[in-house]
Amino acid sequence: MELYVNGIGILGPGLAGWAGSRAVLAGKSPSCDAVPTAPSASLLPPNEQRRSSESVRWAVHVAQEAMQQAEADAREVTSVFASSDGETGVLDRLCTALAMPQRTISPTLFHHSVHNAASGYWGIATGSQQSSTVLACYDSSFCAALLEAAAYVHADERPVLIVAYDLPPPPPLYAARPLRGGFAAALLLTRTAAACNLAQLDLTLSNDLSEEATNMDDARLEALRRGNHAARSLPLLAAIARQCVTLVRLEYLEDQHVLIRVRPC
Amino acid sequence: MPQGLVHEHIAKDVSRLVEGRRSNQAVDDGPHDPQDHPHAVPQQPQVGARLMAPLILTHYTVVSALGKGLTETYQALQNRRSGLRPCDFEDVGITTYIGRVDDVEDVFVGGGSTSAELERFDCRNNRLALLGLQQDGFIQSAIEARERYGAHRVAVILGSSTSGILETEHAYSRRNPATGALPSAYLTSHRYTHNMFSSAHFVRTYLGLRGPAMVISTACSSSAKAFATAARFIEAGFCDAAVVGGVDSLCLTILYGFASLELMSSGPCRPCDENRNGLTLGESAGFALLEKSEHAGRPGAVALLGYGESCDGYHMSHPHPEGTGAIKAMQAALLRSALTPGDIDYIHLHGTATRSNDSIEDTAVHSVFGPSIPCSSTKGWTGHTLGAAGVTGAVIAAMCLTRGFVPGTLNTTRIDPSLSSHVLLENREQPVRRVLSNSFGFGGNNCSLIFGTI
Repeated sequence: MELYVNGIGILGPGLAGWAGSRAVLAGKSPSCDAVPTAPSASLLPPNEQRRSSESVRWAVHVAQEAMQQAEADAREVTSVFASSDGETGVLDRLCTALAMPQRTISPTLFHHSVHNAASGYWGIATGSQQSSTVLACYDSSFCAALLEAAAYVHADERPVLIVAYDLPPPPPLYAARPLRGGFAAALLLTRTAAACNLAQLDLTLSNDLSEEATNMDDARLEALRRGNHAARSLPLLAAIARQCVTLVRLEYLEDQHVLIRVRPC
Repeated sequence: MPQGLVHEHIAKDVSRLVEGRRSNQAVDDGPHDPQDHPHAVPQQPQVGARLMAPLILTHYTVVSALGKGLTETYQALQNRRSGLRPCDFEDVGITTYIGRVDDVEDVFVGGGSTSAELERFDCRNNRLALLGLQQDGFIQSAIEARERYGAHRVAVILGSSTSGILETEHAYSRRNPATGALPSAYLTSHRYTHNMFSSAHFVRTYLGLRGPAMVISTACSSSAKAFATAARFIEAGFCDAAVVGGVDSLCLTILYGFASLELMSSGPCRPCDENRNGLTLGESAGFALLEKSEHAGRPGAVALLGYGESCDGYHMSHPHPEGTGAIKAMQAALLRSALTPGDIDYIHLHGTATRSNDSIEDTAVHSVFGPSIPCSSTKGWTGHTLGAAGVTGAVIAAMCLTRGFVPGTLNTTRIDPSLSSHVLLENREQPVRRVLSNSFGFGGNNCSLIFGTI
């Protein structure tokens, strides 16, 4: 299935924005662990910036970057949000309150706890009424989102924005799910070629696991890839950054690989 | 006729049906004058909502407060027996009713040669999922699909809003007082219980399936959207068949959460009633096996004919006041199925019984369908089962089609006179060919599904 990448957003340790990350991902500049500054997510109105969770702001920030790069109108774009663990910061506060005798929780906290909080805020900020899917597939969440986005582009011909994001949970939950990062990445995909395409992708689903999944040559980036589902997108982003024909293999659960032939445009 | 030829024959029938639906658009507007619904969908398919080939629901089932499986569900609907009861969930001190499923506590998640692998999934949400799988021969039908297509070619796409969060709630009440740490047993089970992928992980493990899998979590539209994603995956060739559905179970988060939003009724919910005062929470699990019609089509089979998805882009917990997102979802479902509003015999409303949902949904339904098409909410029977509401509606829609009836609206005594759609109070016995079912969620996430017989 053929797709085109029109815009990319990225935020993670040492990776703040696509323009500044390309050389690192292509292996031309050294990686680093620098914690990125808090995302601006400037698209969110001031009220929502204050009330929204950190993970919502990470998601909106990279979504915004990808859309700006592609000069796309969010009101015409379908979205697929992928998060393995969702609003863990909010859930921690909710569960803490529910463990108290009076079990008083704030209504705002409750409606911020849904897995689709980032998608909801994206819709509110952009006024987009296009479909938005929010999914979870543990460490394969990015891969699942890639398939869902490809299926969407195939079915509806509308551009599709993928936003994959997860932050390390706060302390008591961190022991249950020790995610690295945070990390967030967004890709705007279209069905047809255009002057502004960053890459062409040809995507297939394979049961052949005889070849190893693609990993990152750089040890620091490889540790990030292994430690956060959203960073499982790194081999794909690196192939796009290198601008040469590359076959990327991403693990989809334990049973399948998503093969992506990446061609520069 | 040999089996292969039968399939080919049916495939041709189906493609004729799609063609027929296309060519009939302009003239077949059912019993309703198009002027009844001035905002009716444009007749030309547009980019953004293409036609889909019908997908057959070869097997389906549901477990809710109404009972386990199709027969108990149908009997409760027919006898107008509500599954709602005064809240008796754990030690919850809220004056309200709930739609709790009996015997979930007694389900054993495990068994067979893979018992150890399965037992780690043990939690209320997956017990409810297993109770669902066990009804109406669903497990056997899924295994047959696995053998027919191959384990890699059958997807598992489920919807859930809170997954097994109850486990985390319990763990937080047992934190180490000195360190604040959560119990170690919880830490190892978290991935298999509370993590949002847990229910699909469990179901695909239980059924031995190895195809694409995910959990859609868009609050109350989750398991309706699972049908849409499964349809796209089959169309894209990522799988040949899919176990779709969803599961959501009672937990403290939703009970205290909806109470904090003051959206919960103190008594059993009364959808569309002039004195309705909020929703009643419930729990359910439902599943359908979705297959291409050339493999599974037979005359009279229930099929997914169309889906429409949209967002409100308005507010996290209030629907758009003019229902524009809901209108868009219903119109997209009609476009994709190449049907007109008059082709729909019955609308299964989201109908949560909150003041705003029922009123805004009514505005949206009226603007697309006009004042004549019968519609109703079944939340007075089941309660609002959140992420599982979509599949619960889907299975009820399938029962309407196969059993020739339409449920009314339970607990409601006087329909809100400000509503302008044709809300049914009483059940009806009537032939039903096509049903549209609505699901709307927090975050302004909407999904409408159309089911029909082929």
